[in-house]
Amino acid sequence: MHRVLGDRRAILILLGPALLVYTLIMLVPMVWSLGYSFTKGNSIEGFTGSGLDNFTRLLDDPAVHEALWFTLKYAVIVTAGQVVAGYLLALLYVFFLKKASALVRTLVFFPVILPTVAVGLLFQKLFQVAPQPGPVNSLLNAIGLESIDFFGNAGSAFWVLIIMDIWRSMGFYAVLLFAGLMDIPDEVLESARLDGASGPRLIRHIVLPLSLPVLLSSLIFSVNGTLKVFDSVVALTNGGPGTGTTPLTLYMFQSSFTYSEYGYGSTIALLLTVVCLLVSLAVYRVSRRDNTES
Amino acid sequence: MAIDTLPKTTGTGRGRPKQPPLRAARKAGGRLWLRLAVALLLVIEVYPLIWMFLTSLKSNGDYLDNSTWSLPTTWEWGNYTEAWTTGNIGLYVKNSLLAVVPALALILLLGTAAGFALQIMVWKGRGLTLLVFLAGMMIPPQMILLPLFTLYFQTGLSGTLWPLILTYTGTGLPLTVFMMATYYRTVPRELLEAATVAGAGILRAFWTISLPVVRNALLTVGLVQFFFIWNDLLIALTFTNSQDLRTIQVGLLNFTGDFGATQYGPLFAAICINVFGTLLIYLFLNQKVMKGLTSGAVKG
Repeated sequence: MHRVLGDRRAILILLGPALLVYTLIMLVPMVWSLGYSFTKGNSIEGFTGSGLDNFTRLLDDPAVHEALWFTLKYAVIVTAGQVVAGYLLALLYVFFLKKASALVRTLVFFPVILPTVAVGLLFQKLFQVAPQPGPVNSLLNAIGLESIDFFGNAGSAFWVLIIMDIWRSMGFYAVLLFAGLMDIPDEVLESARLDGASGPRLIRHIVLPLSLPVLLSSLIFSVNGTLKVFDSVVALTNGGPGTGTTPLTLYMFQSSFTYSEYGYGSTIALLLTVVCLLVSLAVYRVSRRDNTES
Repeated sequence: MAIDTLPKTTGTGRGRPKQPPLRAARKAGGRLWLRLAVALLLVIEVYPLIWMFLTSLKSNGDYLDNSTWSLPTTWEWGNYTEAWTTGNIGLYVKNSLLAVVPALALILLLGTAAGFALQIMVWKGRGLTLLVFLAGMMIPPQMILLPLFTLYFQTGLSGTLWPLILTYTGTGLPLTVFMMATYYRTVPRELLEAATVAGAGILRAFWTISLPVVRNALLTVGLVQFFFIWNDLLIALTFTNSQDLRTIQVGLLNFTGDFGATQYGPLFAAICINVFGTLLIYLFLNQKVMKGLTSGAVKG
């Protein structure tokens, strides 16, 4: 019956090119990179085998520990921030702005599509203290506070980064979760209202449980992106001051291209991959359990 | 129905003496707070962009000496020509287009064909193949950078825009294949079978019958991929080894060092060109993006 749809030549012509490019650009390099982890050197000087040296170095390298800790801390805070802010916005769109939400939705979506590099430079200027206090410090001055050198220490630079990335992406999660909320049938809300539930109680007991699946897929989506943070950091702080805001991705980039240590760079990339897979798996398992319980 | 309309009419509730006045007042207060919150939200989202635009029109002296809130004393539109020519932003935009357009065309063509083969065609192992593509979405790009760097170096592709085009195509395929396969689920196989019975080959049916059906999906996926590639920094930073090859993002990142360190007006103008250029493309196709996002393509 499916003779025409099983035509091998046609399948090859349709799928072949994509599979070829994907294999050459993604699959082969992945395995190749794994091989690099056991070597020293770079593509200009050549490679020599080094056994497990890179892995023992990875375990003892304080810079790796610091970068890993920074990556996890960043991922947890920004993921939580993105999804919570996005959900609050989505609730605002659905229950308060209702039909009038299109304009607000569009405006809040703007930063999502802006180039991260441009946003990073913009936030550098918004929070700068010299040569001219930026709007944020001017605001602090206006209410009688001292200017803060936000990029002078890792702690405050970290929070500017967090604020920027939540600002940048909450509109995206708002639209995603908004779509999820729109799928809740009107009759369910209607009958809950008839039963006397309103405001926070309606949201707590009816809306939240019903939007759990789309919240969890947002969470997986978000955590996968935040663990790979690179552009925002490079554009805003370039990992500084010192190495105070350096995530694994940037440390890998610096090891590879600033110090030309391809083997060690590949080993850090492998660590990052393992972290991404473990976290996705963990979130996925938690979500599966929650789904079967409710 | 009556219960449902009660809270909504409190704003104009003059003719409703049954409503306790205190509760009505509190309710209106709550509304006011929410309204203020929305206003604050819009200021937070939009003011930075306005501030950036106004600053891009200030002269250096104006920027350094006057309050950051003030309007430009003279409107220095020359900052834009300065950024475009002396700051090389024109060249960077051209490079970006030369890398993004071919990559986008390849991604859409190859990805749609593969999505069709994986969803519509019937053969053993297609589930597994789709899974192999899916795996590509989980892998961080850092994992493929170094081998690709060696590969492009040895094949002599370094020093051209080809490394960017090829890498963008490879990294863009997993999501595209996955999304197109999902969209093709809604296209009935019978439609294509009927066409092939009428004498057209299946390849012809793919091109003339199935493509028009998934046209909207193609536009949505194309836009998502466009913004991914256009805004990419990591891959462009890795494979552009000379100033002549820089894309807009790499160029803008280096702008502070090269030229804009003390030229504040042109620096802001360069950021504005990047931001408002992207924004214009988005606004132009906004309706379609929103439709695509809310129609369930991305939802789990």
